Amino acid sequence: MALLVAVLGLFLVGVATAVGLRRRPLVGAFAGLAVFLAGVAATVVEGVGVDEAPTATVKWLSALGLDLHFSLDGFGVLMSLIVLVLGFAVLTYAIAYFEHDETFARFVGVFLAFAGSMTGVVIASDLFTMFVFWELTSICSFLLIGLNDKSESARQAAVRALLTTGAGGLCLLGAVALLQVDVGTTRFTDLVALQPTGTLVDAAIVLILLGAFTKSAQFPFHFWLPGAMAAPTPVSAYLHSATMVKAGIVLLARTSPAFGESAFWQWWVVIAGCVTMLIGGWRALRQNDAKLLLAHSTVSQLGLLTVLVGIGSPLALYAGVAHLLAHAVFKVGLFLGVGVVDHELETREVSRLAEARTRLPLVTASLVVATLSMAGIIPFFGFVTKEKALVALLEADLGNVATIALVGVVAGSVLSVAYSARLLRALVRRPLKVAAEHHTSRVGAILLARPVVEAAGFSLAFGLFASFVGKVLVAPALSLDADAKGKLVLWPGIDDALLISAVVIIVGSFIGWRAPLTATRTGGTRGERTFDRIYDSTLGFAKRITAATQTGSLPMYVAVTAVVATAAMLSGLLLDGFPSAASFVDDSPMTVLVALLVAVFAVATVVVPLRFTAALLLGGVGYGIAVLFVMRGAPDLALTQLLVETLTIVIFLLALRVMPRRFAPASQWVPKWARAAVAAAIGVVVPCFALLVRESREAPSVAADYLTRSVDEAGGANVVNVILVDFRGFDTMGEITVLAIAALGVVNLVRVAERQRRAKSAGSAK
Amino acid sequence: MSFSLLILTGVLFAAGSYLLMERSLTRIALGVGVLGNGVNVLIVAAGSSPAEAPIIGRVGELTDPLPQALVLTAIVIGFALLSFVLALAWRNWTITENDEVEDDVEDRLITRRDSSSAKSTDERHREDVSP
Repeated sequence: MALLVAVLGLFLVGVATAVGLRRRPLVGAFAGLAVFLAGVAATVVEGVGVDEAPTATVKWLSALGLDLHFSLDGFGVLMSLIVLVLGFAVLTYAIAYFEHDETFARFVGVFLAFAGSMTGVVIASDLFTMFVFWELTSICSFLLIGLNDKSESARQAAVRALLTTGAGGLCLLGAVALLQVDVGTTRFTDLVALQPTGTLVDAAIVLILLGAFTKSAQFPFHFWLPGAMAAPTPVSAYLHSATMVKAGIVLLARTSPAFGESAFWQWWVVIAGCVTMLIGGWRALRQNDAKLLLAHSTVSQLGLLTVLVGIGSPLALYAGVAHLLAHAVFKVGLFLGVGVVDHELETREVSRLAEARTRLPLVTASLVVATLSMAGIIPFFGFVTKEKALVALLEADLGNVATIALVGVVAGSVLSVAYSARLLRALVRRPLKVAAEHHTSRVGAILLARPVVEAAGFSLAFGLFASFVGKVLVAPALSLDADAKGKLVLWPGIDDALLISAVVIIVGSFIGWRAPLTATRTGGTRGERTFDRIYDSTLGFAKRITAATQTGSLPMYVAVTAVVATAAMLSGLLLDGFPSAASFVDDSPMTVLVALLVAVFAVATVVVPLRFTAALLLGGVGYGIAVLFVMRGAPDLALTQLLVETLTIVIFLLALRVMPRRFAPASQWVPKWARAAVAAAIGVVVPCFALLVRESREAPSVAADYLTRSVDEAGGANVVNVILVDFRGFDTMGEITVLAIAALGVVNLVRVAERQRRAKSAGSAK
Repeated sequence: MSFSLLILTGVLFAAGSYLLMERSLTRIALGVGVLGNGVNVLIVAAGSSPAEAPIIGRVGELTDPLPQALVLTAIVIGFALLSFVLALAWRNWTITENDEVEDDVEDRLITRRDSSSAKSTDERHREDVSP
């Protein structure tokens, strides 16, 4: 699939621009434009007019069923074209927008990487692949929102967006795991064919919805999107309106034919979508900043798309796909147009938009066209798709869900018409003052204005040639759901939907035209405040935990580790039952005697107050154990133990000769009885656990293999030696390495201490 | 499984962990030694049954050589660890006339850091980036 090469190209050029071409970002930008065009060509050649959708697989962990699967089906073609064409348009715009801006190289780099990730999301043919690219888009979005890293609010908005969409990404990963385990596949086509149900599938549905809702800013996760407007306008237009926030819609579109039958899915989708539409619409009506107005309107439109795509009616799915295209076109135009005004007049206030009328007539006209399309006025494309949506909901055979969805969509549409009308009034009324001279170069002005005008042109052209566009959109809808066949018309004739539209437009215009252009300013939204509270209290909780556990006391750490280990073993014992005593063998009297002696030495090591004596007692423990080893048929162990124990005593003597005979009295950081209790618990639980472990052994020892191969293959009769130097020779090499490292450490500790002591004694001698 | 070795394991584990929970590095070193011995006995006792030494040609049932190979490695590594702890104790004593492990002050400071100091990091960052 050549499109994958283009995706890779976007990543490569992006990284190269951000890292290598920092001083010449224009080179990277032009290379990026070329890759966008190549991607469009690849999509059209491979994906349009073919019977079978081209697929590709990138092998990764095939044994675990984790490969990246791609398919350029109809919906993939539509979405890739939206992503790549708009990417091309927005990038040309950005070249002028970022003139003389030092962050341009970084912008181009991340922007191209984002475009690559987003293309990956839309052509992914299983949930796992989509998840991988989904996360990449979240990271790119984070970097782009925080592009102006000197602004604290931008950084905060970036963190909010990242944590919200990142949490959704984790949910998606959970869904991937659940579906892979329960259904055995995450391929969208397989899921649609299987129509899985069950408890685990329900859990996966919740996780998928959470992923979609966080990404597409649905209630109650709608708060991060307006905050993301801290990013430069090209970013807002591209990521946070036309493409990335549609990833949630793409996910719903791909999974809705599989899960849409479940009533639980329908209710969730419809309620979240409708609430989001209303909240977004209401907020959009009260914004002073034109960009924020557009952001809230995006939230509202995403709500509509969620309802259409997720409700589970094939015709609504078709309408959703159409409206997705309509929204991408008009919203990009609006964002970029407002960006031009901002760039030229240095204001985005709704009440001052009219000043652009004389200076930027073409841009203003385009903004008006796009706004009319957003409001759903004939003959623009927004009208066509919204009519289709109303028809689809009126015809949907889904009972109460469809009724509620219809009511929500009508109310939301009233608000959309209202905020559009308010924006329209702001654009066309007589300006309070005439704008000052412009400062952008002629080429720059053309670059800035061109995509805005084009977007407006397409909003009109798609509307006028609605039936043709409708035919083109059949393939994308069909690739999602085999029943999702529909058509678009500009003039549907007078029917219920048209009457509803008329009422919506009249009521909406009335509200919007009367709404004040300067609204009372509202601070951070409740969603943002709630998010910040959760964020702060999480950090505070982590700090309290750290304060409680990170005391800086080594004995405390040892004690906690011991208690946790004991508790873990104890829980294992309680779950599996204490071991029976049946497996005990009779010990020889000699074994019992020596073991008793060693135990006495060990206890004495703890209680004697003298250093040398304690060290010698430790030696006694070691020698006693060597005797036990001999009696168990382990002469090699006994030999090693004897040597090591002797060396240990020598080293103890060397180290202790500078210290006083007696130990200093132990500090009472924790009462002695508590330490003794912990130690006793360990002493009881560990042997029980060892017994349990031995009893639960199922596989035979590998010893038989070693015993048979030892003489033939290694030429040695002493199997323990053969294991050490031959079968497991590398382990022995590791052991020697540890010994060497410890020796280096000891040498250095001693040398440094000697030098310091000499310096100190020399200092005191003077 | 040998009952007396099992009990011995328990005693060694208890004594070793008691010593590890001390502040005196000498006693911690003793704890490392005792606990290491406990682990070795545990592996041998739980991993194999008493029988003839695993040398080909001996008469009778041979015991499992694998736990022995593991323990042989463990004995040597335990010795390395013990030497290192003793070197630490010696160094502490030589420099400070004291072989006790003090509390880690940095660990305590981390918990005292409040949001105001976090904010100052933020401000410093802003000073760094602004020209």
